[in-house]
Amino acid sequence: MHTINLTESFDGDFVRKIECESEQNVSLCYQCGNCTAGCPYTFAYDIPVSQVMRLLQAGQKRTLLSCKSLWLCATCESCTTRCPNNIDVARIMDVLRHEARRQGYGSERSVKVFWDTFLDSVKRHGRVFEMGLAVEYIARTGRFWTDLELGPAMLSKGKLAFKPHSIQGQAEVEKIFERFQQQKEQCA
Amino acid sequence: MSSSPTYAYYPGCSGQGTSLEYETSSRAVCEALGVVLHDIPDWSCCGSTPAHTVDHVLSAALSARNLAQAETLTGVEGIATPCPSCLTNLKTAGRRMLDPQFKERVNSLLDTPVKQPLPAKSVLQVLFEDVGPAALKERVVKPLAGLKVAPYYGCILNRPPEVMEFDDCENPIAMDRLLEALGAEVVPFPLKVECCGASFGMPRKDMVMRLSGKLLDVAEDNGAMAMATACPLCQMNLDLRQSQINATSGKQHNMPVFYYTQLIGLALGLDKRLLGLNKLCVNPKAALQAAEQATAGAA
Ligand code: SF4
Ligand code: SF4
Repeated sequence: MHTINLTESFDGDFVRKIECESEQNVSLCYQCGNCTAGCPYTFAYDIPVSQVMRLLQAGQKRTLLSCKSLWLCATCESCTTRCPNNIDVARIMDVLRHEARRQGYGSERSVKVFWDTFLDSVKRHGRVFEMGLAVEYIARTGRFWTDLELGPAMLSKGKLAFKPHSIQGQAEVEKIFERFQQQKEQCA
Repeated sequence: MSSSPTYAYYPGCSGQGTSLEYETSSRAVCEALGVVLHDIPDWSCCGSTPAHTVDHVLSAALSARNLAQAETLTGVEGIATPCPSCLTNLKTAGRRMLDPQFKERVNSLLDTPVKQPLPAKSVLQVLFEDVGPAALKERVVKPLAGLKVAPYYGCILNRPPEVMEFDDCENPIAMDRLLEALGAEVVPFPLKVECCGASFGMPRKDMVMRLSGKLLDVAEDNGAMAMATACPLCQMNLDLRQSQINATSGKQHNMPVFYYTQLIGLALGLDKRLLGLNKLCVNPKAALQAAEQATAGAA
């Protein structure tokens, strides 16, 4: 079994910040393991979600912000739905990756690049442009397109638009991103 | 009914591309059943998963621009969308904006602030509550008798229950009841709310191979001839990627994956062009024919 290694000293500010942003009380977790049992991604996580909760209680900032699990969580809401203490665990996972981003972590680069590319597409067009997203993602990761064989199916089904569906309010959407950059953190 | 249920309609980005057939069949079914949809003018992307992984105010603001646009429509009782991911974002934004401080932070990112977020529902919820299985059954002209379907809801249509406020979070039944009203046979499907691999198809295909592979295995083991979905991402993972799943696992699934709205449209005898069955990657013809033959044999 995976054992938790407490290598850092307790970082109380970190715990308070995550609690403030997620509006959750992490000390309510009594380690029943329900969240991990139902998490479809446990097989791929480096730290199972209930251990993320334990490490959070123990204020282990660096271990948490650098873990891969944060980027592999699909926000499927199983943990949140099944936690006997009504902890919104999925929201905590989300807030942990917000903090990981701010501190420059991104341990699953392909996932982070995919999400960033998606948002750039929204910013540029107001709506996401699927074809452009795929092309841009491949360019940024420099990966061979592992979905190449799906191309003909998508083309023959007429499911790929070759031009973005830009909207009148594109500038409004772009401003949402720009103003967000200026906004001060709520729980800094 | 005194007046037709009327909603502000949010199509979502995938409806313009990878889930065209969900979009056209949802509209066609609503029209046929007397649900009036007014498109939200100049709607924009809700930010989907990527936005809420960056920040909750940013994510809410991307949804809230659409809530504000919806407020320009009159005579609508709420917002309806076919896409569970869009729905989650619209509902979460509305719910978090009950907190005046959060609302102010969101509105400060927008050109036009939101006054009072409209309640959002899935098209599935609208069809289930405003039309209902009994009324749907009366409208069926071509029953889907003999078609054994696994109803797959996906992970976020009903979860978490405090946010989604519809049906059961572990064993939802709305789609089951609608499919039964069409005459289809709904097979037991214990993975109704399990995750399909979500948007990891491009960055971590292995996730989708494993999770969607399991869904196909269990549907088949339970005797399904087809699956019904309510989510563009689930449908894409199960249908478009089914060939990849077979190549990875060595299995030979040949499981058509319908949008539930396509099945409703079929049973109502709606214009085939609007249902877009030809857009499905796994050809559903054989399953539909087998169902017909099974009932012809029984009769
Ligand atoms: S389900 Fe809740 S209480 Fe149990 S381990 Fe997970 S977070 Fe802790
Ligand atoms: S929300 Fe994330 S951590 Fe929770 S069960 Fe789903 S994938 Fe696992």
